[in-house]
Amino acid sequence: MSWQWFHRLGSPRWFYHNSARWLFWLCPIAAAVLLGGLVWGLAIAPEDAKQGNSFRIIYLHVPASFLALAGYYIMAIAGAVGLIWKMKLSYMVMKSAAPIGAALTFIALFSGAIWGKPTWGTYWVWDARITSMLILLFLYLGVMALQYAYHSVDAASKAGAILGLVGTVNIPIIYKSVDWWYTLHQPATIKFTSAPSMHADMFQPLLVMIVGFYLFYAVALILHTRSEILRRERKTSWVRELLNEKNQSKADKQAGKS
Amino acid sequence: MASFVNSGFLAWLRRDLLLAYRRRGEAASPLVFFVMVSTLIPLGLTPESARLAEVAAGMIWVMALLATLLSVDGLFASDYQDGSLEQLLITPQLLPMPLLGKITAHWLTTGLPLTLVSPLLGVMLSLPTSGYLPMICSLALGTACLSLTGAVGAALTVSLRKGGLLLSLLVMPLYMPVIIFGTATVTYAIDGLNWLPPLSILGALFAASVALCPLAAAGALRVTSAN
Repeated sequence: MSWQWFHRLGSPRWFYHNSARWLFWLCPIAAAVLLGGLVWGLAIAPEDAKQGNSFRIIYLHVPASFLALAGYYIMAIAGAVGLIWKMKLSYMVMKSAAPIGAALTFIALFSGAIWGKPTWGTYWVWDARITSMLILLFLYLGVMALQYAYHSVDAASKAGAILGLVGTVNIPIIYKSVDWWYTLHQPATIKFTSAPSMHADMFQPLLVMIVGFYLFYAVALILHTRSEILRRERKTSWVRELLNEKNQSKADKQAGKS
Repeated sequence: MASFVNSGFLAWLRRDLLLAYRRRGEAASPLVFFVMVSTLIPLGLTPESARLAEVAAGMIWVMALLATLLSVDGLFASDYQDGSLEQLLITPQLLPMPLLGKITAHWLTTGLPLTLVSPLLGVMLSLPTSGYLPMICSLALGTACLSLTGAVGAALTVSLRKGGLLLSLLVMPLYMPVIIFGTATVTYAIDGLNWLPPLSILGALFAASVALCPLAAAGALRVTSAN
């Protein structure tokens, strides 16, 4: 097996040029899947027997929570790849993944709070899953804060990668201990109304939404990484050439107009 | 045995203990903080001993965590400023062992005194009698975990000017399992349950931290002290 593809991935320039082509396909597919899933979930899927229409927020809440957790691992793996193979590109992916993941974690928490009001009668409860998500948000914020604290890009990348790896080891421990803490202190007043198994008519749109969120995540990550590449490589000749080309075509257009 | 003596563990442990002994006032401040914050709790919450007893275990643990967090910032700071951290980085020994020596010294000067003084706070916050032994055991193990995990955060932020606040942001989420099982040990004992299971998990956390944290701190120091 040839490792050429892997080595090519290390080149930000190669990634920048090729990701434009990927985005050309990914963007419409992601938009179509998200739109289809939203219409199916919000309009076509049947109403829940107990919760009525308010359950429909699940189509936003669950996919966001999925990606919030997966995003941490994507970030940590990207950081580890950077530490091991000294790839510049993977550090850029790591840095881009942090704010996206933090935003998704926040969406998951926020949509959960909105969902909690009609179903549990309160915006916030100290439930195991909610608490773990909150801790996950703190972990993301820590990685982001560390990235911004350093002036040297190299030190920021490596420090962020190490913190990401430490977090990866800790996430299962944190999840298990919060789970255990919750069973110890379980409040009696709150009952989860959602049934353990969902009806297929409700579940299928959820699957579509999860796939849609994964596609959306890929698009967001690529876009973020592309701008990060331009920012970090702004002094290289290929970025300058790119900029000159852009300016040239803009000037040509204006000349054509007048 | 000879390899352990030469590993740098004992040398750095001795050095840091000596430094702490010479700056006794500085070394005592986490302890003073621990005792002083405990007076805020009855003032802010209630002086009723029945209600204080309910929250005593958790409060003592939260204060111990904050006291450790405040002091762990200085673990590498003075070494970074006077250049001895660079000397540490170029020692022929494997870096994790001297670091483990430094962390042990940190625990001996903060975690252990906090543990020893905690019964006094237990009396002030009217902790039920059955909670004392579990509290001492869990604090002794738990503060060691806090020192070890905190060392990773301190290594990551050592070269930053305002590292202290960032350090607490980085390390606080990692402290959550320790505080969960630490308070569980005490509350189990107060409720008359077997308190050894949560204490054993705390022991497991300690074992994992001893094995992994010096490695992570060593990696972090190599990255951060370079700039």
